[in-house]
Amino acid sequence: MATLAPSASTSSGHTLDRLRRKYFSSVPNSVVSILGASLLLWVIWSVLDWAVLGAVWTSPDGTSDVCREIEGACWAVIDVRWRLIIFGLFPFEEQWRSTFACLTMLMTVVLSCFPWFWSVLRLSVLWLLGFTSFYLLMRGGVFGLSTVEPADWGGLTLTVFIYAAGILVGMPMAIGLALLRRSSFPIISRLTAALIDGVRSLPLITILFAAALILPFVLPEWLRGDKIWRVIFGFGLFFAAYQAEIIRSGIQALPVGQEEAAKALGLSYWNRTTRIILPQAFRNALPPTINQFVITFKETSLVVIIGFFEVLASGNAAYGSGEWSFAYVEVYVFVGLIYYCFVFSLSRYGAYLERRMRVGQH
Amino acid sequence: MLKTRRLRRMVTEIGFVAVLVFLLVSAILIARDTLQEQGMSAGFGFLERSTGWDVGFSLIEFTPFDSYGRVIVVGLLNTIFLGIIGIILANALGLTIAVFRISNNGVLNAMGTLFIEVFRNIPIILQAFFWYAILTHLPRPRDAYTLGDVAFVTARGLYVPGLNVHGLSALVFFVSLFIGALGLLWFLLSRRFAKVAGTTRRRTTLLISAATAIVAIGSLAVGRIPDTSLVSIPELRGLNFRGGIRVPPELSALAVSMAVYGGAYLAEIFRAGFQSVGKGQAEAAQALGLKPWHVFTRVRLPLAVRAILPTLINQYVWLFKATTLGIAIGFTDFFSVISVSINQSGQTLELICILMAGFLVMNNSMSFVLNRVNNAIKLKGTQLRI
Repeated sequence: MATLAPSASTSSGHTLDRLRRKYFSSVPNSVVSILGASLLLWVIWSVLDWAVLGAVWTSPDGTSDVCREIEGACWAVIDVRWRLIIFGLFPFEEQWRSTFACLTMLMTVVLSCFPWFWSVLRLSVLWLLGFTSFYLLMRGGVFGLSTVEPADWGGLTLTVFIYAAGILVGMPMAIGLALLRRSSFPIISRLTAALIDGVRSLPLITILFAAALILPFVLPEWLRGDKIWRVIFGFGLFFAAYQAEIIRSGIQALPVGQEEAAKALGLSYWNRTTRIILPQAFRNALPPTINQFVITFKETSLVVIIGFFEVLASGNAAYGSGEWSFAYVEVYVFVGLIYYCFVFSLSRYGAYLERRMRVGQH
Repeated sequence: MLKTRRLRRMVTEIGFVAVLVFLLVSAILIARDTLQEQGMSAGFGFLERSTGWDVGFSLIEFTPFDSYGRVIVVGLLNTIFLGIIGIILANALGLTIAVFRISNNGVLNAMGTLFIEVFRNIPIILQAFFWYAILTHLPRPRDAYTLGDVAFVTARGLYVPGLNVHGLSALVFFVSLFIGALGLLWFLLSRRFAKVAGTTRRRTTLLISAATAIVAIGSLAVGRIPDTSLVSIPELRGLNFRGGIRVPPELSALAVSMAVYGGAYLAEIFRAGFQSVGKGQAEAAQALGLKPWHVFTRVRLPLAVRAILPTLINQYVWLFKATTLGIAIGFTDFFSVISVSINQSGQTLELICILMAGFLVMNNSMSFVLNRVNNAIKLKGTQLRI
């Protein structure tokens, strides 16, 4: 690893030359290349053989008999059970609503990736609209749609709901916490700091647990609400504690002159904060923010522990019932792919933004 | 003007605190009322009561007659045990993958990238479910995979040979062997003792070996369970294995998922560390005649670790929190012990207080110790950063 590559040849960009330098520069290097390449090819071939070539894709009669004799993957389980994994126990004839709701939320996320939407007003309007239509579509009770209570939601839709609601609750909280922590009042900033650090050193699941079990003890009757709302609040609080630190680091990266100049112009605290500080702070903090969004999406899967029927639980249920119990790998791969698609594309987008911003600075 | 501003600030702070106190007091009052309504008693007296249920995995002896206090200790020990194993494995894997990623070899680069991109983008709980499903679908004890007929891989866990010795003595035995071997290696290999030669050298070697042997054999003799053979090798009796040590699949699944998921994250941090070390450092070390292995272990790795230690500390704390996933697949960690205790005893508030206090203490003491290490090795003052 520490051989000094001859720097003279780096400039000549012949493909063959580069190939030799990268893979066959010395005898041990060549051995490693050949062994590693065979291992890699073997892995890729086995996965391909299992997942595509030897796989059974559909089950005409809806039973698992088609998979009895095969070596490869039994994707028939997905073919038979995909509705359970995606929609959970949502009523069968209403599942189009669930589909549209998910698509609305996806559109909201995609749209907020466009820089045109990057202002406080536009983003809040977009997210409030997206979330409200998601909620109305799912819950019903208006426009002649039948009512489906959140307790009956499930599968991927529930994951999306908890994620979107958690971020929607958490983002304003994060801004508030960041500003409070930076405030010049010593008691306020210290208490906020203690809250943020406390939340950050607890595992998310303990916070969700406390939200589900402790809040009903300490809240008055009219504030208790359904378990799902308390869990969303806990989820939002956890997101807010991390996001507040990201926003604070974005604020601290600003030159002091920005705030001083705004003060000198006589702007009030409110105007200073919303027009000068926060927009620039968010710009600074954009890459870690996207990263936090990615991590938060992966962490929504933890609500399965406190008994919500989200996509992981519905995946467990999809193979858990006797007949398909051998197809656990297929189901987990399918659920993993759902997460992978979202997380991978969002983190690629984050990397693209980071590159773009670095270009802008120089 | 100055006076009114000062007054305003004071009023704001007092108001903030007053609101907080009001919320806190009303929460406590409501909690008291709710508890009275449901006829529950608050207090920590239940910690002395016996539990009546057994735990799946425990490092210390535990029976259903033992108290809630003891079961919480069992959970804490299990969490710390799993956390240490997970963090060590994740470190080893992460460092290996990082070396793959920075090597000059294109194939190794590709392997590292593939690993990171696959395992970093899937939630750790899904990975834990996946590995657990794989491990529990291994062959039954009767058709177990075996390594030389002393270790067995089965759906009920991994069976390895163990010692018929009480817990504490076994610990002393292994620790003394470890320290003895380490000391011997240090004495024989370190340049500090290269000048010690001849009879003194032989005598010191003998002395270290003898001391280790005495402590080790002594601890075995003290803790030996009577009327059993010293080494217990797992063997098939009927439908299951007897003897030896069983590593339950829950523990293995969690350790593997922590290693893989954490390793994928740590690899990127290590890689950033290696990249932050100037190229000139490695070149200078090479020019001084250091071998590639020494360039890596004596120059590049220490400099990289110094650069990334603050990030690593955060990552360790974060990885330690992943031990709470035990409840998802049935490992008796701290969190799942608390959860079961809440179901069984109904002392929700007290148990959640214990849970939070436990994690606050564990995580903060870990980051406190590591931050001390960081302060000791970081660049100080105006030293030149290369």
